[in-house]
Amino acid sequence: MADSFLFPYLLRLADDRLILGHRLSEWCGHGPILEEDIALANIALDLIGEATLFYKLAGEAEGQGRNEDGLAYFRDAVDFRNALMVELPKGDFGVTIVRQFFFSAYSLLQMEALTKSSNAELAGIAAKAVKESRYHVRHSAQWVVTLGDGTEESHKRAQRAVNDLWRYTGELFLSDAIDQEAAKAGIGVDPSTLADAWRTQVMEVLQRATLTTPTVNYMQRGGRDGKHTEHLGHLLSEMQIVARSHPGASW
Amino acid sequence: MAEPVQDSQWPLWEVFLQPPKGEAHEHAGSVHAATAEQALQNARDVYSRRGEAVSIWVVPSRSITASTPDDMGSFFDPGNDKPYRHPQFYKAPRGVRVF
Repeated sequence: MADSFLFPYLLRLADDRLILGHRLSEWCGHGPILEEDIALANIALDLIGEATLFYKLAGEAEGQGRNEDGLAYFRDAVDFRNALMVELPKGDFGVTIVRQFFFSAYSLLQMEALTKSSNAELAGIAAKAVKESRYHVRHSAQWVVTLGDGTEESHKRAQRAVNDLWRYTGELFLSDAIDQEAAKAGIGVDPSTLADAWRTQVMEVLQRATLTTPTVNYMQRGGRDGKHTEHLGHLLSEMQIVARSHPGASW
Repeated sequence: MAEPVQDSQWPLWEVFLQPPKGEAHEHAGSVHAATAEQALQNARDVYSRRGEAVSIWVVPSRSITASTPDDMGSFFDPGNDKPYRHPQFYKAPRGVRVF
């Protein structure tokens, strides 16, 4: 089979977005204020929409007849390839916003690079995702600054979120044989090439938010190889139960 | 002017959207937000996510000076008994009737 890297490469793109989209959807009806409730649901829908397109493409690359529903709802935790950061519980609003900013800044760089993919369908999805990600960055960065440079309580929570999440950011930029082959073929982008630009942008926003960039060196990893935290299993059991209880149901 | 009574919410902003056909901005509703940028984003998320607009204005609600129901009589009624204020009062000359 040609391009054996393509399926796992696309799966990582899709899984990151489905799992984070689901985490965001947990805010629906629980947002701190109606307007932000809608904003988070909008971002969740954007991410799940992107995931759907990547799954469809992944299913075609795999060639085993699995469609987007099959890949989203009928795989177990060990088969998921999302980065650990996106599966962590939604936490308080500070955690949700800081994680969203970290991920969206990464996603924007990644999607911008993928608009130049030699795979026309992948480039097309990326072009759509760039526009969405640009708004996600704007929205989440604005909130990071508002919280960080806000009250004593909001600053404390935002800084705690930054400290807790920092060790999960390294995994976003890990590069293995799958990434490198995808990059060499002109289809994908090597995540390690995005690290510097991401760091520059994130540090600029953290500084504006009067937040301190952590200096820890140890980084968590494992999600890209299917080694997940306990949180993913719980998330999947909730997310997949309807589809698994009524396979093939439509509405 | 007296400040409106503060509730526990953030300040209110009035939202105006310009439709894609390039018409004038129209009032769409209102959102709560702590800052102007946040108001703009909230307006986008609440009122224009499905391509309803090409431009958004947000204005702090407290910046709007509005007439009150008490003004109705003195503001709007006088026109009714002065039909000569309406163009229909005048017969158009034959020369312009073609328009």
